[in-house]
Amino acid sequence: MNHKLELRNVTKTFKTEEGELTALENINLAIKPSEFLCIIGPSGCGKSTLLRLIAGLDDPSSGEILLDGKELRGPSQDRGMVFQEYSLFPWRNVLKNVTFGLEIQGIDKQEQYKIAEEYIELVGLKGFEKRYPYELSGGMKQRVAIARALATEPAILLMDEPFGSVDAQTRNILQEELLEIWKRTKKTILFVTHSVDEAVYLADRVAVVSSRPGCLVKCAKIDIPRPRKRTSVEVNEFRGKLLMWLSLERTKACIQR
Amino acid sequence: MGKNKLLQFLNRRGAIEAISLCTAIITWEIVADFIIRNPIKLPSPYAVFLSYLKLWEIIPVDIGISLLHFGIGLGAGAAVGITVGMLMGWFRVANRALDPMVEILRPIPPLAWVPFAILWGGLTHYAAGFIVFIGAFFPILLNTYTGFREVDKTYIDAAKVLGCKEERKMIKYVAFPFSLPYIATGIRIGMGVGWMCVVAAEMFGVSKSGLGFRLFQVFWPLHMIDRLVAYMIILGLVALVLDHLFRYFVEERLLKWKKGMVIQ
Ligand SMILES: Nc1ncnc2c1ncn2[C@@H]1O[C@H](COP(=O)(O)OP(=O)(O)OP(=O)(O)O)[C@@H](O)[C@H]1O
Ligand SMILES: [Mg+2]
Repeated sequence: MNHKLELRNVTKTFKTEEGELTALENINLAIKPSEFLCIIGPSGCGKSTLLRLIAGLDDPSSGEILLDGKELRGPSQDRGMVFQEYSLFPWRNVLKNVTFGLEIQGIDKQEQYKIAEEYIELVGLKGFEKRYPYELSGGMKQRVAIARALATEPAILLMDEPFGSVDAQTRNILQEELLEIWKRTKKTILFVTHSVDEAVYLADRVAVVSSRPGCLVKCAKIDIPRPRKRTSVEVNEFRGKLLMWLSLERTKACIQR
Repeated sequence: MGKNKLLQFLNRRGAIEAISLCTAIITWEIVADFIIRNPIKLPSPYAVFLSYLKLWEIIPVDIGISLLHFGIGLGAGAAVGITVGMLMGWFRVANRALDPMVEILRPIPPLAWVPFAILWGGLTHYAAGFIVFIGAFFPILLNTYTGFREVDKTYIDAAKVLGCKEERKMIKYVAFPFSLPYIATGIRIGMGVGWMCVVAAEMFGVSKSGLGFRLFQVFWPLHMIDRLVAYMIILGLVALVLDHLFRYFVEERLLKWKKGMVIQ
């Protein structure tokens, strides 16, 4: 049993004004070290909720989440997160955003800057250290968010539709860069997306989540060797399968209603 | 001058503003000299100008004293207002404990505190500063409170994931910087109210010097209306300079990350 992360019967319900809402039901999932897992599903199916549980920002209503075999408690620097919405601190420039986690740790300033520079370079933003978030494009902001999440050297990187709001071309570039970073840093990555293309291009394995309540309906390995070609036959084939699983889910949900 | 040249001139920065200001002063001069013809009812701008020549030695001293009162009050108001606002905005318990008192004390006009200022502080600079404090404290408190209340949850979550656990660090690294624009707004409003309080406090005899005291003195018993107007203009100008300095240093420098934010 050398799972990096393991979810056992994880259920999450929210209390809302219309009563209880089950966002996630009975999720079982095990992730190996250095695995790249994509979580795909329709909007509102609970993908963000799942990542928040793993980040420790929320607690599951039942079930347990094991990190290196131990039940996890609250957020910690061993799990970095890139949020769905822009989450850079607007009052800090690029450099200071990336040093945030290091500053909290109380690391010596010189050292902070050295580490931050490394990651800023890794995400290709050298020369932009003094810029404030409002001076950055959407893609640049997400790069900074990635550098910030990496700076504290978490073993797991949680990414919630990080490229959801950038154009298709930039998105492709960012995906390639992310794979490069993944190869170099050997992180375990959980990547949420609702794009089939993105999942097939990036993931070792893809988990399909259905909506209301969010259940894990399919977990499939993507055995296409890297570097993958976005237009190759295997990629297209897998894309077709994935689309089918997703639409099956949709029809099932419709029938249930 | 050709029509084009005239237009060109008018388009220059400050041209229309200057013309308008001059027209107003000239109108005032004409009205004072030829229509009212009573320097007690309305002194002419020229008379006001002449009075400055006599006052130039004592005006800076009074400005200094008024600024001292203002500084004491605003400084204390900011220190206490930011602290209490922060506690109330961040900790629910503090909010529930302090809110009733704030709600009861806030509507009391600052000038209603003049008797107590004199009883407690005598005729010291602190007594006048106290009135300014009352005036500046509440806007600073309320704006700070709002800032801390509205801290974006995403920033808090981001900080948590980056290892920010203690409440103290969360305030220092996230909530306080987030609230800075709100605090700045509070201070700016507080400065406006505070300046009114300086004048009123000094007029009401909390002080035996300062612009407000002087302003009332030249009216009663001295009846030097030209000087009265001279002091009124000085009061306005000092406030204007203070406001511009604040905007320059705080909005242009400290809050340059919040470009385009409107502080009214
Ligand atoms: N704090 C909360 N309180 C109540 N309901 C919530 C809360 N957070 C999420 N939900 C509900 O849980 C469900 C799943 O939300 P979630 O944000 O996880 O969806 P998602 O899969 O990330 O969607 P998207 O792709 O649009 O980001 C939604 O129906 C949402 O309304
Ligand atoms: Mg989401």
